[in-house]
Amino acid sequence: MAADNRPLSPHLQVYRPQITSVLSISHRISGVFMAAGLCVLVYWLTALAGGPGAYADAVGLLGSWPVQILLFAWVVAFFYHFLNGIRHLIWDTGHGFEIEQVNRSGKFVLIAAAVLAVLFWFGVRMGGGA
Amino acid sequence: MSLRTPLGRVLGLGSSGGGTGHWWSQRVTAVALALLGIWFVFALLSLDLSSRADVSGWLSRPLNAVLMVILLGVAAYHSLLGTEVVVEDYTRGSARVLGRVALQFAHVVVAGVGIFAVLKLAFGG
Ligand code: HEM
Repeated sequence: MAADNRPLSPHLQVYRPQITSVLSISHRISGVFMAAGLCVLVYWLTALAGGPGAYADAVGLLGSWPVQILLFAWVVAFFYHFLNGIRHLIWDTGHGFEIEQVNRSGKFVLIAAAVLAVLFWFGVRMGGGA
Repeated sequence: MSLRTPLGRVLGLGSSGGGTGHWWSQRVTAVALALLGIWFVFALLSLDLSSRADVSGWLSRPLNAVLMVILLGVAAYHSLLGTEVVVEDYTRGSARVLGRVALQFAHVVVAGVGIFAVLKLAFGG
């Protein structure tokens, strides 16, 4: 077969979505989304190094509600990718491949990521009180 | 009988020419990011993020500056390795080459700018 018309992976459309496949593609989506998030982290650092005026501008921008929605999505992506990444690393040691184990660890990752994301979001202080 | 040459068997690089190096680096950076991620999460929780004095005081301490520089470098490398695989999965030919080169440029720029900002702060404003 000519090298330029081989099929490309991974044919998402032909499978019925299941917890295994949905969590797998979510790892990819969260990873790519966080790659974009690196730009935001670096923007925040440059504003910090830029002085009080630049930092105040950044706090204003990052605190505006459309950006807050995006930031919350990044927090969710981080905790999901973090926990699911550890799940990947456990698989790499050869453990946890039985189908009930895969389903169980998948559910655990989903619930734990949601809980950690919410705890973190409400734990972060942006000025003022507690 | 195997059709592989003895040299090919010893090098073990397979058809991609890259062997397991890319995969292994993705794992090593993942372990590092898991640890650095925990550090960063607790650091963010300990700060008042709206106060520049608070955040810059924290980041200019040597240990924090060093960990932040390492986090930026490792995250950019892990992200580059990961997004390269994504581009390789969905593109071919010149789009694949251009995509990978663009990702390499972008990741080096992002890491470079971020590391410069941390060092500027750590070395005094
Ligand atoms: C916080 C700790 C992290 C852990 C434990 C982790 C773990 C992993 C692992 C094990 C993989 C390989 C998955 C596979 O082979 O399918 C992976 C892929 C990836 N990671 Fe991470 N990661 C972390 C943080 C990050 C960060 C901060 C970014 C981006 C800035 C990122 C972006 C990616 C991307 C783009 C991929 C490729 C996804 C794919 O091929 O489908 N990761 N991660």
